[in-house]
Amino acid sequence: MQTQPQQTIIGTLSPVAIFFFLVFIAVTLGITYWAARRTKNAAQFYAAGGGITGLQNGLALAGDYMSAASFLGIAGLVSTKGYDGLIYSVGWLVGWPIVMFLISEPLRNLGKYTFSDVVAFRLRQKPIKTAAAIGSLVTVLFYLTAQMVGAGTLIKLMFNLPYESALFIVGALMIAYVLFGGMLATTWVQIIKAVLLLGGATLLVVLAMSQFGFSYGRLFSEASTKYTGAFLEPGGLITKPLDAFSLGLALMFGTAGLPHILMRFYTVPDAREARKSVFYATGFIGYFYILTVTIGFGAAVLVGRDFITKIDAGGNMAALALAEHIGGGMFLGFLAAVAFATILAVVAGLTLAGASALSHDLYVGVFRHGEANEKEEMKVAKAATVTLGIVAVLLGLLFQRQNVAFMVGLAFAVASSANFPALLMSITWKRFTTTGAVASIYTGLLIAVILIVLSPTVYEDVFQATQVKARTSAAATLTKLDKYSKDPAKTLATLKPKAEALAVAVNTPGATGRIHEANVKELAGLQADIALIEGNRLADALLAAKAAKTKADGEVTKAPFPMKNPGVFSMGGAFLVGILLSLFKREKDAEAKFEAEKVRTYVGIGAEGASSH
Amino acid sequence: MPPKSVHELLEDPEFQKLARQKNAITLTLTVVELVLYFGFIALIAYNKAFLAQKVSEGSAITLGIPIAVGVIVLSWVLTGIYIFWANNKYDAMVKNVKARMGR
Repeated sequence: MQTQPQQTIIGTLSPVAIFFFLVFIAVTLGITYWAARRTKNAAQFYAAGGGITGLQNGLALAGDYMSAASFLGIAGLVSTKGYDGLIYSVGWLVGWPIVMFLISEPLRNLGKYTFSDVVAFRLRQKPIKTAAAIGSLVTVLFYLTAQMVGAGTLIKLMFNLPYESALFIVGALMIAYVLFGGMLATTWVQIIKAVLLLGGATLLVVLAMSQFGFSYGRLFSEASTKYTGAFLEPGGLITKPLDAFSLGLALMFGTAGLPHILMRFYTVPDAREARKSVFYATGFIGYFYILTVTIGFGAAVLVGRDFITKIDAGGNMAALALAEHIGGGMFLGFLAAVAFATILAVVAGLTLAGASALSHDLYVGVFRHGEANEKEEMKVAKAATVTLGIVAVLLGLLFQRQNVAFMVGLAFAVASSANFPALLMSITWKRFTTTGAVASIYTGLLIAVILIVLSPTVYEDVFQATQVKARTSAAATLTKLDKYSKDPAKTLATLKPKAEALAVAVNTPGATGRIHEANVKELAGLQADIALIEGNRLADALLAAKAAKTKADGEVTKAPFPMKNPGVFSMGGAFLVGILLSLFKREKDAEAKFEAEKVRTYVGIGAEGASSH
Repeated sequence: MPPKSVHELLEDPEFQKLARQKNAITLTLTVVELVLYFGFIALIAYNKAFLAQKVSEGSAITLGIPIAVGVIVLSWVLTGIYIFWANNKYDAMVKNVKARMGR
């Protein structure tokens, strides 16, 4: 189909991208300046004074949730793996109805600034706030590390900016937003980012679909022609049902335990606006995933899987490659800037949530027994913001060369196991006790962290990264040689023209950059393969590959915990321990206060009107 | 006799009705959402062939595609159903209970 060799400017610092990015920074810093003058007390800092509307908060929730990793990552997954990417994207939405039905209204009615306010409503403040703050911080830090490493890597990939500089820019901007503008500035950064991302993705989908006459039938029929029908069928994503169920639990209930999401419910005036905001957020996020999946399929057909994986082996540049393919450098620059803005907004939201856990829960709630004045709390909150921002940059530097994909999974596992069970039981169960809550939080946290460390994702892929890589490449070589030896003559007939075409691309004057390098590598591999077949050394090579595979397999120590997702055990354990310990010893005081809690949960009498502070 | 204290309110049949109805609707919707998603996951785990069949003769679209998109859309519709009930019925009941308490 393609007559001339495909090229890309992805990975160069394009003036268009810089222009759009500078405009975004100017606007958001302007908003921060405006918000700073309206952020004088704790209620304004943590909750934007409770003056955000349902629609605004819905957009901001969507902005908090739609990360660059999910935008670029899911589009990439769909473009390389087809239907499996779609399955994956569904899991990211289904937690939102749960947030609405079980959490949003009671949370708004019972709490003040953080979800630990709710858990501690009728239980003993100090142990609960300590445990809940630790649960929040662990969730936030894992999520933040994943986002920071993702930010550095993506920015390097998109603009060829050094990893460290990218982290410093992100760190400085997010600290500025939160430190000076508090929740009000953070909310507006989220809203702008959500509008840009939804708008940019919509435009990309419209442009891509115009090439298929706006017919999904044609898009899928071309995808199926290009990559066989299996591209549109479930593949290898779900092979172990219990593992898949476990992941589903973490995604569904983890969303309802993410501190930066829960915190957003205090920015609206009442429970009615809180529930409205979830309705909007669910709609926006669902729409966004449908767009992202369309982008993935569109990129697979229009740009091609081979080309996408040449830019980045993980496929993360699929959406940007599609933008460049149909809209040129201008559209690519715009979308890259949007992706950058997306990263910034998400880390700002996380920083604010982490700072609140440090200042509102730990400092005021535990250290000062809940008796700090406004001025003191603000001071501590701001110090916590700067600390957390610096920690985030350091974590990003520390984990630079690590595979951090597991950290988002870990954040959801901790959120669903440490935060969610205690939160739900404290709202709904009269007999729930302080001991039960504290034990539930620590149990969920520990089981989630320990099992993930002992799972293949960390125990093999992280701790034994080199050996796993050797194992993967040995397996790939074996599969390849196995296929070759079935019909060497036919293989030769397909390899040779491919090598010739590549040689033309490689020897084109002025060919440089990422694609060129990938082509050079592929050509060398093809030439070696051709020499192997022509020299009749295929049988020997196959034997050697089998031996290498056995050896590589033997060098990886198998993970003690066979599942990738601990949700069943960590969430189950947290509920079980919470229930058993609460039943074991009653807490009369907490039971007595349940009446008031119940009335407040259902009708909101006595709820904190954050705006009246 | 209108309820005056928190304790009396909990005994109030109007309040009890409100709490009962809310629990019923939120629980039902939560269970529907769980069945929807985990049913989808179970289909992938146990019956890939069902999802792999084409929606119609000559079409490339597999049944799995509209089902996956359907889970997303229905999840949103469920939040819509809840909000429709809450805005129209629940808020009125809350207002009524609050008014009876003189708030």
